[in-house]
Amino acid sequence: MRKLIDVEDNKRMRPAKGKTGESMKHESAAKQVAGTAVYVDDMPELPNTLHVAVGGSQYAHAFIKSMDLSAVEKAPGVVKIITVKDVPGHTDIGPVFPGDPVLVESECEYIGQPIFAIAAETHEQAKAAVGLAQIQYKELEPTLTVDKAMKDQFFVRPTHSHQRGDADKALSDSEHVISADFYVKGQEHFYLEGQISTVVPTEDGGMDVFTSSQHPTEVQKLVAEVLDISINKVNVEVRRMGGGFGGKETQAAPLACIASLLAHHTKRPVKYRMSRGDDMIMTGKRHAFQNDYKVGFNEQGLIQGAVINVAGQCGNSPDLSDAIVDRAMFHSDNAYYLNNATITGYRCKTHTVSATAYRGFGGPQGVITAELMMDDIARHLGEDPLTIRKRNLYGVKHDSMRLEDGSIDPRNETHYGQTVEQEVLPELISQLEESSEYWKRREEIKQFNANSAFLKKGLALTPVKFGISFTVQFLNQAGALVHVYTDGSIQVNHGGTEMGQGLYVKVAQVVANEFQVDLDTIQVTATRTDKVSNTSPTAASSGSDLNGMAARDACLRIKAGMIKYAAELHGTSEDKIRFESNHVVAVKADGEEVWTPFAEFTQNAYMARVPLFSSGHYQTPKIHYDRNTGKGRPFYYFANGASVSEVIVDTLTGEYKVTRVDILQDVGASLNPAIDIGQIEGAYIQGMGWLTTEDLVWSDNGRLLSNGPATYKIPAVGDTPIDFRVKLMEQLPNKEETIYRSKAVGEPPFMLGISAWSALRDAVSSMAEYKFSPPMNAPATPECVLNAVNETRKHIANS
Amino acid sequence: MITFFLNGQEVSEHNIQPDMTVLRYLRTRQSLTGTKEGCGSGDCGACSVLAGEMHNGEWHYRAINSCITFLAQIDGKSLITVEALANGSELHPAQQAMVDKHGSQCGFCTPGIIMSLTALFENTPSDKTFTLHEIYDALSGNLCRCTGYKPIIDAAKSMKSYPGKVKAEIWTPSSTSPSNKGETSNEEGQSWSARTESELKEILAHHPDARIVAGATDLALEVTQMNRRINKLVAINQIDSLKTISEDANYITIGGAASLTDCEKVLEAHFPEFAQLLERFAARQVRNNGTMGGNIANASPIGDAPPVLIALNADIEIAGANGNRWIPLDTFYLDYKKTLLQTGEYIRAIRIPRREACEHLKVYKISKRIEDDISAVLLAIKVKVQGGQITAVRTGFGGMAAIPKAGAAIEAALINQPMTVETFRKAGEKASEDFQPFSDVRATAGYRIQVTQGLLEKAALEILNPESVSRVEQIFTTTLSAKDVVNTYDPQENNNA
Ligand SMILES: Cc1cc2nc3c(=O)[nH]c(=O)nc-3n(C[C@H](O)[C@H](O)[C@H](O)COP(=O)(O)OP(=O)(O)OC[C@H]3O[C@@H](n4cnc5c(N)ncnc54)[C@H](O)[C@@H]3O)c2cc1C
Ligand code: FES
Ligand code: FES
Repeated sequence: MRKLIDVEDNKRMRPAKGKTGESMKHESAAKQVAGTAVYVDDMPELPNTLHVAVGGSQYAHAFIKSMDLSAVEKAPGVVKIITVKDVPGHTDIGPVFPGDPVLVESECEYIGQPIFAIAAETHEQAKAAVGLAQIQYKELEPTLTVDKAMKDQFFVRPTHSHQRGDADKALSDSEHVISADFYVKGQEHFYLEGQISTVVPTEDGGMDVFTSSQHPTEVQKLVAEVLDISINKVNVEVRRMGGGFGGKETQAAPLACIASLLAHHTKRPVKYRMSRGDDMIMTGKRHAFQNDYKVGFNEQGLIQGAVINVAGQCGNSPDLSDAIVDRAMFHSDNAYYLNNATITGYRCKTHTVSATAYRGFGGPQGVITAELMMDDIARHLGEDPLTIRKRNLYGVKHDSMRLEDGSIDPRNETHYGQTVEQEVLPELISQLEESSEYWKRREEIKQFNANSAFLKKGLALTPVKFGISFTVQFLNQAGALVHVYTDGSIQVNHGGTEMGQGLYVKVAQVVANEFQVDLDTIQVTATRTDKVSNTSPTAASSGSDLNGMAARDACLRIKAGMIKYAAELHGTSEDKIRFESNHVVAVKADGEEVWTPFAEFTQNAYMARVPLFSSGHYQTPKIHYDRNTGKGRPFYYFANGASVSEVIVDTLTGEYKVTRVDILQDVGASLNPAIDIGQIEGAYIQGMGWLTTEDLVWSDNGRLLSNGPATYKIPAVGDTPIDFRVKLMEQLPNKEETIYRSKAVGEPPFMLGISAWSALRDAVSSMAEYKFSPPMNAPATPECVLNAVNETRKHIANS
Repeated sequence: MITFFLNGQEVSEHNIQPDMTVLRYLRTRQSLTGTKEGCGSGDCGACSVLAGEMHNGEWHYRAINSCITFLAQIDGKSLITVEALANGSELHPAQQAMVDKHGSQCGFCTPGIIMSLTALFENTPSDKTFTLHEIYDALSGNLCRCTGYKPIIDAAKSMKSYPGKVKAEIWTPSSTSPSNKGETSNEEGQSWSARTESELKEILAHHPDARIVAGATDLALEVTQMNRRINKLVAINQIDSLKTISEDANYITIGGAASLTDCEKVLEAHFPEFAQLLERFAARQVRNNGTMGGNIANASPIGDAPPVLIALNADIEIAGANGNRWIPLDTFYLDYKKTLLQTGEYIRAIRIPRREACEHLKVYKISKRIEDDISAVLLAIKVKVQGGQITAVRTGFGGMAAIPKAGAAIEAALINQPMTVETFRKAGEKASEDFQPFSDVRATAGYRIQVTQGLLEKAALEILNPESVSRVEQIFTTTLSAKDVVNTYDPQENNNA
């Protein structure tokens, strides 16, 4: 028999290293810096691999009259062309609702929408051949703006409202009523690794799929459907993604489907890697929103009621837009008690590429509306915006604010009926206010602005309260698979995917924690649909909440068997067995402790025929939501945070710089502080990018003009604030029983970037002594800021 | 045949597609997949590798974008990719610092970041630490979507504290002797790497259709972004006589194929405003390959150097089979992308008259993002101020017309006027007489005009308040106070420059 025990292990008689709560490195860090971490495009290509390029619609809205692909067919290297007629199974690959044809049959609904696909011997040959197609179109009138869609009531899904109390009455009873509308553009994900899938046909008529996807299970299902085969014939593997941010939740599947179709027809391996330009034109982005509010408030700025409309530009199909606009609605209060509120969400159809999931999932577009409202209330009353924000926070009671029965309004119920149970923000904001020296700096900035001719500083503190859970209930589940081997090494696999967010290391830390062994004895393996099935997308910030719990469940099951065996072996009770310092410890009846190295123990357990592997499963408790009434508890808990941004604006040109940022974020009891801080920093900058330099520009006929990094500018290194301080809120475990009382961190801090936008507005507002709230859509490019300056000058001239 | 070193190993290639990029070559021919493609257009830096050139017996390495570098440009050079940096399991300081500071998340940008940091590390004497400015400069061409850059900046700051052993075999391979014209060919065409101007002229004489390539930072985009093929390519970046930079009593002269990076020092000495612009000209990797000659020849209406050179009254030397001639740059541009350059001709040198003490040069670039962005507006102005009067003025504008050009009406409004903000404000009113700019993806016409006016005003304020901070791009502190900046619009009463 082979040698099973690692004698080295005896040396590990010390507390395990790398348990939860420690700042362990990303599991792939050493490989990433050495260039040895393998992404899909880096996998050695099988001989005969074909490469894909796709021909897309030249019009935003048109019928295909005729199509001549003969020149494409004759082009060098071209092996196969397919159109929708070559799809053996389903032709619609919409993730939730139909509307996304894998290849267009006749009606094109956005520029770039895939019409035909070709496989050629090389990537370059495929790209070159695409341009040779002759397609005749009959042009139809496109709808390209939210305005037009609203006017025509042109929607991808029905309109939906949340209602609490009587907002109209509250507005008419209020001392002050103001309103505004606001347009915020979408955002390109710009994951550094573009979309890609490589597929290999199997001997069973199935497909092995290697993809950069946040949702392997959906890829598996859709590939099976387009090929008209059963799901069990398709295996999907995702080792890692070079970034996802929501852009690979539904948008990875079309590539896998098209590659599979071509592989099915040619019986050859097929790789479909999109060029950056194709990726930007053909795949979905964050939703643009046209929002408006009307808010009533009293002399203190306390909101009495609000009517808020959020209209998402969904593009040509529903995709995930129903849930995304829902989330915008759920977050239109952000952190503030609206009291009487009517919130309505519209899902506008336009002839642009279908908008999709992006970090925050509609939440940010809701949150920014609430923050716009706060700034406007403050300017209207001549108060500091922070004062108004603090007064309106959930859970902040005011003696004057009473319920009908005369008792003090607890002010903790959202417009969709969920109670905010753990009130974190009042304390969090007060800590941040102090550590960032908000008020001192406010005074200094006023001084500066009064004495500077054209450079103006701005300051803003904005909070975020973000609901955690998929609002589609069944998605709130996860599975994991844990193997303990006879040398004491452990393998863990789960349904979550790694896109850089550190999920793999966090789940490994959970396993290390459960067995109290060193993290380096744990190997995480690629996410595969044949290891853990029927998984949810890695999205909604839920990765570690769900998969961490599922992995823990698997560990607990394995441990149960181990404990039973150890108790029997040592003639003691099960509660006298513990895992500690890389050992299994049994306390015998006489009090003697027997320490067995974990590796030796697993070997013994194996010999005693104890199962050493298990699956695990988790489903989030407590959540429910009735969409018909718009009431319930859609979120298990809220993750909170706040940031203070300081900017300096050049009012001659509109240029600006974010100079200092202070962030305090509530992540519960952190699973890995370093990873969490990395998520927060990255999210802030991405959120800031959305609202500053990232400017999606479309031509009048619906063509994306900002279709590459030369014209679409995500933040670069110099955009990182010179002074950037990120802290985790300490000693604040989650009130709910999440994995070790931690909280989700992927999305919530994205919305902290709103403070940069708000600070820009603050700087411009200083030109009018803070008495005017300049209109400023997002992104606030230098041009947009200069327009706000112009509006402010006009206001000054007129008053 | 072209010969170069790849991670210390000598490699020769003769049968190669003429427009093969280094990135494609590495990934598909050498199975070196550590170098990533994030954009294929020189914007993201994921494809960064180090290219070494031999000078006076020593190898000097710079980071370049392999996605927009043709293999032909690598003849005689030494290439280092991310895979070669580690010594067994011992990581290079740049790599170890990135691991320790949690500088990678998804990791896709990481190899490129490592190469930029390695260039910074290797090009800085071991007893010197880097300034924040140098760190930004090194990383300005690397996009990271995950981290927000903070941990990467921290890694850069801490690199120097790691020992780092020199892996001589990759950094200092024994020099190779240049092969004849660095010619390669395959069934699709040919490429050359000329070593002398006479070789270049000979190649151009036989192949008038060959495309000249200097840095390829414009040309390669035709291949990688527009899917066009280039079947004949002649690289001029190894011709020493085109890379010289010299100065005499009257002129600063820059060789037609001198890289933008090589121009920095001389511009810093003579035209600090121009040097400052170069910091915002693309990013480090692009400047390491790209040339001023290429910027001029490319004739883009949004090229950054031509407007400045026009404002500086620069001339260019055009060479070809029929000999050489000097022409003023402002006569070079005929129409959109049309120049005086004839087939078989090339730009040999650029010469800039020295600046007098009473001449103020102001150069502004306006773009959505401060780093690595294309100008919405580029404004350059040179004014001579004597006794409070503007006695000479020359301007150059980019992004305002189909070609880079001066603003005649603006100049007329400034000449022989008092050096005041009011004068410049009035001159700004002439902006729409000189220009009817386009609205495009970068800016609207209205913004371009308004910002031109704002910049003219700012130029006056800067000339009158030379000590004040007035540009956000120059702010690297959080403690800027009101006495550091321009306090009032109308300082001319008490301050005549
Ligand atoms: C990411 C990125 C960012 C950029 N940012 C900027 C920017 O901020 N500002 C800016 O102005 N430009 C920018 N550019 C454009 C480009 O870098 C510059 O125009 C650069 O100066 C071109 O020089 P090159 O040597 O690379 O030219 P190449 O690409 O080698 O050549 C460009 C053209 O000029 C011709 N040519 C080159 N040298 C000569 C010569 N000596 N004689 C005759 N013809 C010649 C070539 O045949 C070709 O047609 C950017 C490019 C990229 C990829
Ligand atoms: S791949 Fe983006 S710069 Fe080369
Ligand atoms: S780590 Fe993902 S792009 Fe930099």
